[in-house]
Amino acid sequence: MYHTDYEGIFMKKPRPIHLNFLAMRFPLTAWVSISHRLSGFWIFMLIPSLLWILDQSLQSPVRFRFLKGFLEKPFCKIMVLSFLAALCYHTVAGFRHLFIDLGIGTTKTKSTGTAQLTLIVSVLLFLGLLYRFSQ
Amino acid sequence: MKSATSFAKPGLQDWILQRISAVVLAVYLFFLLGYLLKHHPLQYQAWHDLYTQEWVRILSLGALLSLMLHAWIGLWTISTDYIKARWLRCFFQMSVFIVLLNNLVWGIEILWGTI
Repeated sequence: MYHTDYEGIFMKKPRPIHLNFLAMRFPLTAWVSISHRLSGFWIFMLIPSLLWILDQSLQSPVRFRFLKGFLEKPFCKIMVLSFLAALCYHTVAGFRHLFIDLGIGTTKTKSTGTAQLTLIVSVLLFLGLLYRFSQ
Repeated sequence: MKSATSFAKPGLQDWILQRISAVVLAVYLFFLLGYLLKHHPLQYQAWHDLYTQEWVRILSLGALLSLMLHAWIGLWTISTDYIKARWLRCFFQMSVFIVLLNNLVWGIEILWGTI
């Protein structure tokens, strides 16, 4: 466990580090948490694009029509859907965070329950919005 | 623990500001969603007229400021968690700050540029 270098000073072997996340299993709450962080990061990356969309939509009827057509393109559709999904999830998981701050659902079982609820609600919200806006 | 790059000192203020900005954003999104649902399918004129009203612009500015604050604190947390080398972390945080500042200015131009 201990070894000495040539000067005779005792050096402890560094503690082992195991960061192979692929080999680990995580509870649902961990997945909800990291997804909250990832969705937030993704939204941040999309802010300039969102501002551009707002800008185009307010400039003129021509730009508005152009924007509508442009967003119908397959790549744009994917990006818009990914943004909507990220926003739905991040908001719902954010509410869960606020509940935990208020002391609601802080036990192990309760927090797992709210984590499951987060997934269900955000999926339903996303699908609901998708349905409503595709009419 | 004090940090030179966090928005507020002590860190507890960051925690509160993160929550406040989150609530402001949630309220704004809620009203925006309500408007979009009510006016679906969206026409240019109604949408344009909405953002020429001063109170809408001011509320949107509030939401924009909250977004920048919320994003800064979130990304500060992420970079502090994952980027351990101080020089790289500072570079990252500086870049994020510049990006957010640019977004803020552009957002203001969009809101008050609409004729």
